[in-house]
Amino acid sequence: MDWSPMLISLKTASLSIIITFFVGIFASRWVVGMKSDKLRIIIDGVLTMPLVLPPTVVGFFILLILGVKRPIGKFLLEFLSVKIVFSWTATVIAAVVVSFPLMYRSARGAFEQVDKTLIMAARTLGMSERSIFWRIMMPIALPGVASGGVLSFARGLGEFGATAMIAGNIANKTRTLPLAIYSEVAAGNMEGAYGYVAVVLIVSFVVLSLMNYFTLKGRKYTKYTNKDEVK
Amino acid sequence: MSLSVSIKKRFKGFNLDVNFETSGEYLGILGASGSGKSMTLKCIAGVETPDEGRIVLNGRVLFDSDKKINVRPQVRNVGYLFQNYALFPNMTAEENIGAGLKLPKKEKKIKINELIKSFQLEGLEYKYPSQLSGGQQQRVALARIFAYDPEILLLDEPFSALDSYLKEQLQTEVLEMLQLYKGEVLMVTHSRDEVYKFCKNIVITDKGSSVLLGDTKEIFKKPKLLSAARLAGCENISKCEVLSSHSVKAVDWDILLETKETLPQNINYVGICAHTFKIVDNDDNKEEQNIVVCKINKIVEGVFEYTILVENENSEQKNNNSTIWLKVRKEEWDNKKSKGNLYLRIPEDAILILK
Repeated sequence: MDWSPMLISLKTASLSIIITFFVGIFASRWVVGMKSDKLRIIIDGVLTMPLVLPPTVVGFFILLILGVKRPIGKFLLEFLSVKIVFSWTATVIAAVVVSFPLMYRSARGAFEQVDKTLIMAARTLGMSERSIFWRIMMPIALPGVASGGVLSFARGLGEFGATAMIAGNIANKTRTLPLAIYSEVAAGNMEGAYGYVAVVLIVSFVVLSLMNYFTLKGRKYTKYTNKDEVK
Repeated sequence: MSLSVSIKKRFKGFNLDVNFETSGEYLGILGASGSGKSMTLKCIAGVETPDEGRIVLNGRVLFDSDKKINVRPQVRNVGYLFQNYALFPNMTAEENIGAGLKLPKKEKKIKINELIKSFQLEGLEYKYPSQLSGGQQQRVALARIFAYDPEILLLDEPFSALDSYLKEQLQTEVLEMLQLYKGEVLMVTHSRDEVYKFCKNIVITDKGSSVLLGDTKEIFKKPKLLSAARLAGCENISKCEVLSSHSVKAVDWDILLETKETLPQNINYVGICAHTFKIVDNDDNKEEQNIVVCKINKIVEGVFEYTILVENENSEQKNNNSTIWLKVRKEEWDNKKSKGNLYLRIPEDAILILK
């Protein structure tokens, strides 16, 4: 069995989850704090789009932006000699864009569930908005944020459509696990696909267990917020 | 020490319009649930923004819609005790108290220890809010506010979430702790008992508007307004017709009442508190003023008293508001011999004249 798809997938999913995790948190913090409801609805729609669009359509839009004949792609190629499409970077971009909404939605839900009076109280106590976020909102929302992160990691690992569109299926370069499975089956080599499928199954199971662990921890945490359970 | 508030804020189906001034004395805002009392406090603290108006605390303008001033809540120096105390669940008691303190570590520790001592929280420093009782939580919340040295203390229904035994205990505790505090205190509540115990002056709010401001005892004695009488706990209120300068007819009960004070023409209601009726023997001269013969409809036994629902026996008309509530101490009722119709005397000074 060729191990390179696993390595590529692991690298892609790891880097993309780091990006998704932080961008997702900041995007959700930004949206939660928005004053205008209309703007919030629009921005929320745009940020959630990749979740409902077919991944090929997402890939199509990324191609529109980063393709070598498009302004941004052209600029990157001509002035920085960076070609993004059909490179490993493209697998990361695809994974980030597709897994982002899961992170953003989970984090947003978790932040919105933080009791508003806690934030008001913190403000009257002179705590800065930044300090309120890191010392109150984040710790309270952490279980939800963490399980969002785990979900996004799994989603990034399994990304197929957008990756195929913008990164292609180049062995040892952009061939991730899902693409490898597709290639083996397309070549009529079912036995070759078994190994990859097994890896995906195991990783997915571990990820789901991790997520349950986080929600369980979350429940343990709410024990600290619900006095009836302690008594 | 002074606070002057004059704010307006529009909501769907509800407008907040509150005006009052206070200097030095504890002030209570009394209003029914949902009459915008908490919103008023939130506007003073700066966590909500009024549509228009002006808020001035000790000469410092906190909010002025004309001059576009809206001071951030962080620097308003206003202490806000939330109804549910709003302790941070992820922090221990000690961390909660120090949450807003911006001092070097050593001084911070000293200050926290001082507060833990004066609020009798020794031994609870490392407990999370969920591991504390309601009273302990309230003490932590107060200590956290005092750490910040606020110029004014806003108490938002501080006892409404507690059962009656704990409530009384905490009320005395908090009254004691407030002795430590030299600033202004503003308390919002729908409970007449709390306001009576805590506040020298009150503002009565009705449907979002402040309608009456004055000395608490004075207002409870003479509420002047229908809404104030309801909030002060007056059980019996009837529409009325002024007949002369000293007599008025309570329309709902069909009773003619003589009053000592001269009646203004613009009154619409009279009120009589349930415990102010005097039961007289039917042998007494019935020619006396303000005597009404009543038939008993229902008797409800309370802990210390009976609540008796009666109706004017001689009333010509029947309507839904004709019931009169009457509260009688148990021994007084038990000593009464005749259980037939009641002869009630309404003392002249017990008649509340309401707009």
